[in-house]
Amino acid sequence: MTHAIECRQLTKVWPGNPPVEAVRGIDLVIEQGLCFGVLGPNGAGKTTTIEICEGLLTATSGEALVLGKSWNVQASEIREQIGISLQESRLSEKLSVLETLTLFRSFYRNGLDPKEVIARVSLQEKMHASIKSLSGGQRQRVSVATALVGNPRLLFLDEPTTGLDPQSRRELWRIITDFREGGGTVLLTTHYMDEAERLCDRVAIFDRGRILAEDSPRKLIADLGVEHVVEFSVAYTKDHHDREQPAETFGSGLPGVISARMESGHRCLSVREPHVAIPALLGLISEQQLQLTSLTTRQASLEDVFVHYAGRSLNDSGQEGVSA
Amino acid sequence: MRDSWKMHPVTQLFLARFREFIRQPEAVFWSYVFPLVMMIALGLAFRSEPLEAISIAVQEGPGAETLISLLKKEPSFVVSGGSAEECRRQLRAGQSELIVVVEPSVGQIAAGLPDYQYVFDPTRPGSVHARNMADDVLQRAAGRQDILNTSDQEVTEPGSRYIDFLVPGLIGMGLMGGGVWGVGFAIVDMRIRQLLKRFMGTPMKKPHFIIAMIFSRMVFMVPEIVIVLIVSRLLFGVKNHGSYATVALLIVLGAFEFAGIGLLIACRARTLEAVSGLMNLAMVPMWIGSGIFFSAKRFPEFVQPVVDLLPLTPLIAALRHVMQEGAGLLLILPELAIICIWGVVTFVVALKLFRWE
Ligand SMILES: Nc1ncnc2c1ncn2[C@@H]1O[C@H](COP(=O)(O)OP(=O)(O)OP(=O)(O)O)[C@@H](O)[C@H]1O
Ligand SMILES: [Mg+2]
Repeated sequence: MTHAIECRQLTKVWPGNPPVEAVRGIDLVIEQGLCFGVLGPNGAGKTTTIEICEGLLTATSGEALVLGKSWNVQASEIREQIGISLQESRLSEKLSVLETLTLFRSFYRNGLDPKEVIARVSLQEKMHASIKSLSGGQRQRVSVATALVGNPRLLFLDEPTTGLDPQSRRELWRIITDFREGGGTVLLTTHYMDEAERLCDRVAIFDRGRILAEDSPRKLIADLGVEHVVEFSVAYTKDHHDREQPAETFGSGLPGVISARMESGHRCLSVREPHVAIPALLGLISEQQLQLTSLTTRQASLEDVFVHYAGRSLNDSGQEGVSA
Repeated sequence: MRDSWKMHPVTQLFLARFREFIRQPEAVFWSYVFPLVMMIALGLAFRSEPLEAISIAVQEGPGAETLISLLKKEPSFVVSGGSAEECRRQLRAGQSELIVVVEPSVGQIAAGLPDYQYVFDPTRPGSVHARNMADDVLQRAAGRQDILNTSDQEVTEPGSRYIDFLVPGLIGMGLMGGGVWGVGFAIVDMRIRQLLKRFMGTPMKKPHFIIAMIFSRMVFMVPEIVIVLIVSRLLFGVKNHGSYATVALLIVLGAFEFAGIGLLIACRARTLEAVSGLMNLAMVPMWIGSGIFFSAKRFPEFVQPVVDLLPLTPLIAALRHVMQEGAGLLLILPELAIICIWGVVTFVVALKLFRWE
């Protein structure tokens, strides 16, 4: 079976002063029938990469094959088989949902009935409402519907859930899962690690135009060798308030602790066995006459995978190269 | 489903544009009302009534009183007296067309006749006219005899008035503005919203999109022109002396031509500011040079070739031939050819240069 997507040494340099190397040599193979997630901070090159795959940008070097076809020779065949939702595209406000989908349907040789697609994204009640009158989540669903109406084999969704409330996000997850269960392939980008963990069979973690790691979310997390993360904060008791704050690596070297770091103002310990590490941590805290002000433990997540590979948290700006 | 014309991409793109247009009541209102307001205002300002009263200023001095009473005998004169300075001011301000000054007599003192000096602006038609009228009146009062027998036949036929000249010009202007603005802004707006890029991600054929843009513009402009034609007829009795089919053909081709030019102007612009600048740059020469308000033939000989090739000039010229003179299709073939060339060339070039992202 041909791959849904195959990129070889893809690069993209935006001309400018200085030129921006948005994509710096990406190799990516996506099997058909998967939901593939591209994760990464702002400016990582996610949109640039996906738009090269969509045939909307041309790569500076390298090539992207889609469903085994090349954009140089079979562009219109590829377009018949893919559906896309752009990160920043605004549909005509004055048209109704049905009119918009009928318009997009007319571009495809074989597509679905617009009404059926409206039902798939649960917008039957809004069928005749203008795009202008829709909420952000509903608009996003219309955008995905325009991608579905051509009955694609491969769906590209660039940040489909950014800025949506939890319920709208779940609604979109359902649409994506339905599509995948019908045999389609999905390539989506997201900033939400939890979304990627729930939705994607495989993820690639992007940073500064490169892929840091690529595998199934479970495997990536397991490979860290870390099962839990303990987040805590400490303060000095009143009599010692003039003392300096403990080092960022406070807690490293304790039994069961793999590493310690600060992450967006929180102290984090990667631990293998919380029942060993937490008593040891509490012991250290009282020994140093500190007060524990908060303590939470959670399962390791893709967020930790990113921190592990990028050496900084996902929320820290990607541009300055903050390293822990 | 695809086979039916209703699901053809051109039909759907056209319908989308059409719906967007009619769902913007303000835009519809302005695009239809503006040419009307323009026509009514200009039609009233330049309505062909008998020449208005001629204002003459007489400079104070000996003999001025006699001169004033002499001039006042002519009913179309409005005569006022004033100091030299006041008279000059009135002439400058256009409040009077002519100053008459009584000069110390050097000529026929014996006959007791004074000498007159006319102060006027030879570049102002009204001024020249006033000078000649006043001269006639004064010469005759002094006893001049007309030797030739002449008679006047007055013709103020529909078709030869200013309003008859103006309406085809305004139709041309309406087609230009509607095409250039309508298409230009719509395209740049779609580009800013990344809608063009979104369309590029579908199998949509580029010429389909462009044809739909041009065709929808043509359809919006027809009612605009029909309204102008009807109102000009009802209000000013402007008649079409040629065939309606020929006028309709010209309107359709003109709309096509300017939709193409709008497309070309907008084919690479990324912002509304950029496209507005380009549109004005393209339209100003035609506003001035293509004979909307006065004949393009008034320009000096050496600019005529340029003026004649501007997209608007042949359209207005052909409309005038047909509407004012009743010219048939054959007589306007050269104009039609220029219009079609503009339409086709801009369409092809725009398609080549078009920026979709
Ligand atoms: N049209 C453009 N011209 C110049 N530089 C660009 C352009 N588009 C993107 N870039 C640059 O390329 C880099 C990657 O951008 P890209 O949009 O691919 O990031 P992203 O991962 O999608 O980020 P986000 O999460 O914010 O959407 C950024 O540094 C950006 O400034
Ligand atoms: Mg992006």
